[in-house]
Amino acid sequence: MSFASLLAVSGGPAQNLSIFDPVSPPAESIRDLAFLIFAITGLIFLIVEGILLYSVFRFRHGPPNGGAEPPQVYGSTPIEIAWTAAPALIVFVMTLVITRTLWEVNVDPKTPPTDSKPLRVTVIGHQWWWEYVYESYDGEKLGFITANELHVPASNLKVASERRPVYLTLQSADVCHSFWVPRLAGKMDLIPGRTNSLWFETGHKELFLGQCAEFCGTQHAKMLLRVNVDAPDDFARWLLEQQKPAIDDAKDPKVAEGKKTFLAHSCVNCHRVRGTSAVGSYGPDLTHLMSRKTLASGILPNSRDNLRKWIADPQVVKPGCLMPAFGLSAENLERIVDYLASLR
Amino acid sequence: MATAAYESAGERSSWLEVLHDWVTTVDHKKIGIMYVIMAVVFLVIAGVEALLMRWQLLQPGSEVIAPDTFNQLFTMHGTTMVFFVGMPILIGIANYVVPLQIGARDMAFPRLNAFGFWVTLFGGLFVYFSFLTGGAPNFGWFAYSPLTERTFARGPAADFWALGLIVSGTGTLTAGINFIASILAMRAPGMTLRKVPFFTWTILWTAVQIVLVMPPLTVSLVMVMLDRQLGAHFFDPQNGGSAYLWQHLFWFFGHPEVYILILPVFGMISEVIPVFARKVLFGYEFMAAATMAIVFISLGVWAHHMFCVGMGRTLDLVFAVSTLLVSIPTGIKMFNWLATMYGGRLWFASTMLFAVGFLSMFLIGGLTGIMLAAAPFDFQVSDTYFVVGHFHFVLIGGTLFGVFAGIHYWYPKATGRMLSERLARWQFWLLFIGFVLTFGPMHLSGMLGMPRRIYTYEMDRGWTFWNQLTTFGALVQAPSFLIFAYNVVVSLWKGKPAGDNPWQAWTLEWTTTSPPPSYNFEEVPIVHSRRPIWDLQHPDDPDWKYE
Amino acid sequence: MNEGPNLSQGNLGSSALANAANPLPVPPALAPEGHLSPGQWGMITFLSSDITFFGTLIVAYLVFFGRDSQPGGMGGPTPLDALSLPLAIGTTLCLLASSVTVHIADRALRLGRSGFVGLWAATIALGIAFLLGTAHEWNDLINRHHLTISRNLFGTTFYTLVGFHALHVTIGVVIMLLVLALALRGKLAGKSHMTVELVSWYWHFVDGVWIVVFSVVYLMPHLG
Repeated sequence: MSFASLLAVSGGPAQNLSIFDPVSPPAESIRDLAFLIFAITGLIFLIVEGILLYSVFRFRHGPPNGGAEPPQVYGSTPIEIAWTAAPALIVFVMTLVITRTLWEVNVDPKTPPTDSKPLRVTVIGHQWWWEYVYESYDGEKLGFITANELHVPASNLKVASERRPVYLTLQSADVCHSFWVPRLAGKMDLIPGRTNSLWFETGHKELFLGQCAEFCGTQHAKMLLRVNVDAPDDFARWLLEQQKPAIDDAKDPKVAEGKKTFLAHSCVNCHRVRGTSAVGSYGPDLTHLMSRKTLASGILPNSRDNLRKWIADPQVVKPGCLMPAFGLSAENLERIVDYLASLR
Repeated sequence: MATAAYESAGERSSWLEVLHDWVTTVDHKKIGIMYVIMAVVFLVIAGVEALLMRWQLLQPGSEVIAPDTFNQLFTMHGTTMVFFVGMPILIGIANYVVPLQIGARDMAFPRLNAFGFWVTLFGGLFVYFSFLTGGAPNFGWFAYSPLTERTFARGPAADFWALGLIVSGTGTLTAGINFIASILAMRAPGMTLRKVPFFTWTILWTAVQIVLVMPPLTVSLVMVMLDRQLGAHFFDPQNGGSAYLWQHLFWFFGHPEVYILILPVFGMISEVIPVFARKVLFGYEFMAAATMAIVFISLGVWAHHMFCVGMGRTLDLVFAVSTLLVSIPTGIKMFNWLATMYGGRLWFASTMLFAVGFLSMFLIGGLTGIMLAAAPFDFQVSDTYFVVGHFHFVLIGGTLFGVFAGIHYWYPKATGRMLSERLARWQFWLLFIGFVLTFGPMHLSGMLGMPRRIYTYEMDRGWTFWNQLTTFGALVQAPSFLIFAYNVVVSLWKGKPAGDNPWQAWTLEWTTTSPPPSYNFEEVPIVHSRRPIWDLQHPDDPDWKYE
Repeated sequence: MNEGPNLSQGNLGSSALANAANPLPVPPALAPEGHLSPGQWGMITFLSSDITFFGTLIVAYLVFFGRDSQPGGMGGPTPLDALSLPLAIGTTLCLLASSVTVHIADRALRLGRSGFVGLWAATIALGIAFLLGTAHEWNDLINRHHLTISRNLFGTTFYTLVGFHALHVTIGVVIMLLVLALALRGKLAGKSHMTVELVSWYWHFVDGVWIVVFSVVYLMPHLG
């Protein structure tokens, strides 16, 4: 099977995940700090490597001959003090710039900028997918759950009342994970038993990619992150859609049949479809599954074919993942796919 | 000649007698050699593991190696390199050299010394035994809990891993105790602590670090075992245990461990550079003080591995600054080595090539370390290939280059034969070029967003080229290890006889025969300075006048 | 390497030392150094490593102290409920007394006085009394308070910390019994004093650790 073609979600040009292309204040602060530190360490590198190379070429000599030895220099206290003091000075300067950046990046999530419209989402890491609990937006309580694809509003950083900072509360349901979308912010770990927070804010209406950055078990490599930054109007519409319970296409007999099959199987033990009796919370929420572009935490384009392939045997697509193959009959598989494909 | 006696003895005795001789030996020299052989065997195993990983990462979406197998490979690669290559090879060389350098007939506790070697070996075998029980551990060498709890690691691999490290850690601890007792109580008459050869000095402080940080690791591993076997809850967050505590405990060991792996190399470089520059070590006292400073500061930097766990900005800053402080004594060392070379008559035998390779590559590892000390920068590159590149520059560019310098330096003493200089040069250049090609690009793939420990990556991420360069570099490096192994074995027979002091060095180990007799010295030497042979060669201008 | 100068210079031969007759600089006389013996350094080093061993256990105990009764904790017995301070004071007194007896025994042997065997046996008896106290305490905890290592975090940390200390006491008792056997068979010659001294160092250390463990585990809950 040609897996490579399946894996290429966009298939198009290379995506940009560079830490040097930041679009959000914390990532920008870190980029600026990185350049400064590169300059300092680069200079040290050139000087030391230069002296080394100079010595190598200037003082090279064959094996010692005839016992004539060069002058022995045992040391020099003033020189030692000089090359202790110089690095100490550099350490002092670096301490200052690190402090500044730390205080810029690491802000208190409880006090957003005045007049801004903060979005608050709780991110829960699971073995090998992301759960997003939308808590509130602009002070309004939300309280719905989605998975794997984060949507946030674009901010206008120049106008106080149009700023839309995003505050993520990070928790883990099992092992340690790490939330990392390089162009938006540095990473922050999700540690069971602890609550962390992360903050970003951007005006770029794009898709930003990242992935789990703390080893979390077998499929750590396929715990991908997708952050969609929508125009504020689009985001508001998306919120409205997501808050609704699942669409019930009872008119379509195929869907009705599929729903019955879905609810009769053990799918419901782990998955939730709001508005139905499926209330499992161990796996991703499926209420608006078809509003997502990808499946299985960003590794497959969300198409009917891929959905069928995934449900038929997840272990082929993502070996070791926690969803088992249920050995569904072709008929039942098709029915369940029919139903899931209706969950827009 | 002692070499002849050595060989004829070999001819007379059957292989069984030779084996019995080595297995039951308490001679520090034989134990040292066994440590080094063990480490080289594990180095080859860990190298094969690395090559398999590079094969898998050559192409995006590759399916050469299954996900779980890949996770086992990097876990075993890391565990092996740190516990069964890095520490044994350094402890082995020190075991061989330190008693000779201080003019002693053996270590303080020869039987404990043999015990230490054997349990280290058994610990390694124990960890590898997990392969036979249905899979090696797959949680990474720092084993972040709760991945090691029963819930997530059901098989016995985690038990083998923890027990193996407890067992080998006990061996390491006994080695540390033995070094301290030997160096403090068994030095030749006249060799005050201020006059010990620099390698011995660094081993003393490495041993101090071993003694201070191995027991916390042992305790932490015991806690893992108690969690797994008796249902305790140390690292079990579901029942109030703390995943966060494991990280603190592990890195309290884990960071000083890095200095355990580099301080002895500082010592080797400080022996090699003066001899091959024909000058006395510049600023011995400051180098000695810098070694102590590194040991003490390194006990307070561990949480710089944890900048992304949300410690809060104050603690982040504290650990960032303590980490930066390490760069000051390390810088002092670098400058003193350069000052030693400056104005010397540099003799570029392969030993010196490795030493200069160490200086240039360790410098890069040190500078990327300074970058990583900047906590906010770490928010981006922590747990990425940037970090992987950084610590390989330190541990391969630093430790391994230094160890090769040390092995090429002391091989003639241990065997009575010279290594082939031609092969050694091939080894050096292949290793150097392959090393830069392998680990240089890792910094770039990391900054382009590639996390470490992923068994595959997406095609559209733009990491493919850098990964292919890395794999190519690994293939360039691989033959250099084969050349080294070939050189070491074949030179036992074909190497030119070395004589007592082929490098015209100045410390005590070069006053006895090559290889030394089992009792090391016919009469206990008396020393007046750090370079006793220099004093003898230059009675009109001896070192002790200046120390 | 053959191209170098005459290598025999490298030997510290007697001919080189004969140069002292020439008007060359004469090295200063060697100052005698006060050395501890390798055994003493070895024991000091080992005990230092043991400090970090117990230090880590105590840190873990303190980190989890009181977590069981916090929200989300496992509940179950707390130190105040389950631990008997009078019993702990009793066992502590046994250990403190044994430090005194081992010290006097050590001195007796060093100065060649009589009474070593009796004092040494008394030390062992006090060590065993301590272990019996611990056994009684654990029996009580397991059967009456239903506190096991898996019951809650207090059980987890308590048994690990106190258990490792008891293991040290047990090892000490076994070693002291071996020494006692040697003494009774008259094989404890003057040279063996070093062994006895090192064992007594170990024993003092184990007692010292107990003072800390006692303060943290048994006294601290009563302070606040």
